[in-house]
Amino acid sequence: MEFLYAVAAFSLLALVIGVGLAWASSYFHVQGDPIADKIDSLLPQTQCGQCAYPGCRPYANAVAAGEADVNHCVPGGERTMLEIADLMGVQPKDVEEEEAVPVVAFIREDECIGCTLCIKACPVDCIIGAPKQYHTIITDHCTGCTLCLEPCPVDCIDMLEKPELLEHWSWPVPGTRRAALGEERKQQHEPYHV
Amino acid sequence: MFDIFEQLKQTFTGESGHGFSGGIHPLQNKRTASQNIITCPLPPLLIHPMKQHIGEACQPLVKIGDHVLRGQKIAKSQGYLSVPIHASTSGKVIKIEDHAIPHPSGLGMPSIFIVPDGLDAADESIHPMPNYRSVDAVELRERIRYAGLAGLGGAVFPTFIKLVQDKQHPIDVVVLNGIECEPWLTNDHQLMLEKSHEIISGMDIIMHMVEAKQGIIAIEDNKPDAALVMQNTLTEMGLDQQIRLQVLPTKYPQGGEKQLIQSLTGKQVPAGRLPIHIGVLSQNVGTSKAIYDAVCLGEPITERVITVSGDALAKPNNMRVRLGTPMRFLLHQCGLESLDDIRLIHGGPMMGELMRSADIPVVKGSNGVLAMWDKSVKQAHHEEEPCIRCGDCGEVCPAGLMPNLLANHCKQEQFDKAEDYNLFDCIECGACSYVCPSHIPLVHYFRFGKGQVAQIRREKTFADESRARSDSRELRIAKENAAKEEKRRVAREKKEARAAEAAKKAAAEAAATESETTSSAEKEEGQP
Repeated sequence: MEFLYAVAAFSLLALVIGVGLAWASSYFHVQGDPIADKIDSLLPQTQCGQCAYPGCRPYANAVAAGEADVNHCVPGGERTMLEIADLMGVQPKDVEEEEAVPVVAFIREDECIGCTLCIKACPVDCIIGAPKQYHTIITDHCTGCTLCLEPCPVDCIDMLEKPELLEHWSWPVPGTRRAALGEERKQQHEPYHV
Repeated sequence: MFDIFEQLKQTFTGESGHGFSGGIHPLQNKRTASQNIITCPLPPLLIHPMKQHIGEACQPLVKIGDHVLRGQKIAKSQGYLSVPIHASTSGKVIKIEDHAIPHPSGLGMPSIFIVPDGLDAADESIHPMPNYRSVDAVELRERIRYAGLAGLGGAVFPTFIKLVQDKQHPIDVVVLNGIECEPWLTNDHQLMLEKSHEIISGMDIIMHMVEAKQGIIAIEDNKPDAALVMQNTLTEMGLDQQIRLQVLPTKYPQGGEKQLIQSLTGKQVPAGRLPIHIGVLSQNVGTSKAIYDAVCLGEPITERVITVSGDALAKPNNMRVRLGTPMRFLLHQCGLESLDDIRLIHGGPMMGELMRSADIPVVKGSNGVLAMWDKSVKQAHHEEEPCIRCGDCGEVCPAGLMPNLLANHCKQEQFDKAEDYNLFDCIECGACSYVCPSHIPLVHYFRFGKGQVAQIRREKTFADESRARSDSRELRIAKENAAKEEKRRVAREKKEARAAEAAKKAAAEAAATESETTSSAEKEEGQP
């Protein structure tokens, strides 16, 4: 009969621990998915949809759930892929190595008919305008996602390369497009001849 | 046993009282030493870039065609970390457009072009304050800010920001930097020989403003004549009680602010903090003279002393130049006829930048311009070879870093690791690159790394802002949809209610008519 004591003792222990765990899971409950949050914070937030998900947050959720690969973020490039792979503890995958050129949308205002379709499409609310009024883009806030191009009925939006600012300039990686552009720019300066 | 530790500690931290750890002794090449400052004539065109300091660019205040006077404010500062720009002679503004500045990007900066009228008429709206001791520090500070002063040693940090009385960080020591450790440059040396009164008066103004008790003038032992003159002037002015002259053994980069403070006081400025946090304020001798000019003479900064030197120059000189003078004109004055096979360096050879254009103007931070033969520059340039782990770079690093490891991390774009190795403590003095037997351009890697880290941080901020905008948009859309849904629901309910009402009515009416008919039928029935 002595074995019953053991059974009883362990049952009691299991009960206590079970109650404790139940309490802890409700008391320390975290809203949302912390992994997805972390992934979302690594993504560049262009909301461009190039990953085939309707924004950065949905892609982060999909990666966290194991439904999507880590290498679908095009604007994020290799650095973002490596960071996500590191976080998820998976092998890094190849990124379609295409050097992302930072672009911003620009509305040719004299062609704009004021239809507000682009305003509705902008994922970061950086187009201002009203029906039958010219629209314009707040360049500083544009992520260059190109989502406004598609709905425009008169094709008056261009994607322009972001100009390089002196105060934000940094030495480029040798061999990249930026380095080549910089070299080109320097060639334009009148060389020394008196 | 402990002696060894003590010795090691002294070697690595330089805490023996004098000197900082590391440092190198490059060839001096001070060709223009003890050569009198000559005044450069007015050039046919002056170019004033809208940013000549660390901080935010200025906004032009003049229009094309305006006539300006010497010392007239032509661009106003934007934001706190910024100082205005003044016309350096009287003349006419002919255009305002982008122009090359001394910057490795090759990007232009909006600049005001002034054609001098030759009269050099001064703007006399600012009154001199010769009795600065009776003037409030706040007013003096405003004057210095208005005068557009920024550190003339080369770092061009707005001067007025340092000249503040902070209750939490009182300033004990004011350090005047007359080290001039860069090879070739002699402008500060010559300024000390010729303008010692002005420099020391400037220092007195600084000490009055921050209420410092003690001042130190630091000069390296390769300028004994300057030390002598400064000492004599101190005695003459009766200031030798408060201000002490300290001659330090020559070593590069002793002129670096943090290195100099360590050499003089034995105290290190902690990483990421400023000298003010350890109670020290340091200024360059040129800045000190400019402070004197601004306060006692009421003159904003319109000129500076610059060393024009280099092995390709027949007549190297120390020159007093109007800000905005194109380098080409300056080099002409020093007997340079052709710029073929010549490389121009803005600043000294250790920390200076290669200039892409000879039309770059003299700015507030121009302490020197060197014209070097292309072949001598090429001689100094070698292909990068693999690191042999000799450790020389770590030994000479004045900031106590490990340049070889840092460079590796930067090269492999592991910037978080580079930051762990204190990338941002690097002062870019170039001592490591100078001694590297494998000719690794270490400082280039550090500059690249710093830029990339800043870029990544900016992108992060931008992503966070975009996320906030995107989230608020989604919230708004959800709210709008909910509102619409609510409206629809209300409408539907109303409709349903109306329909129910109508149905009820209809039923009632039907019932009424039915009852009517039945009653009438009954009546009919009742009336046989």
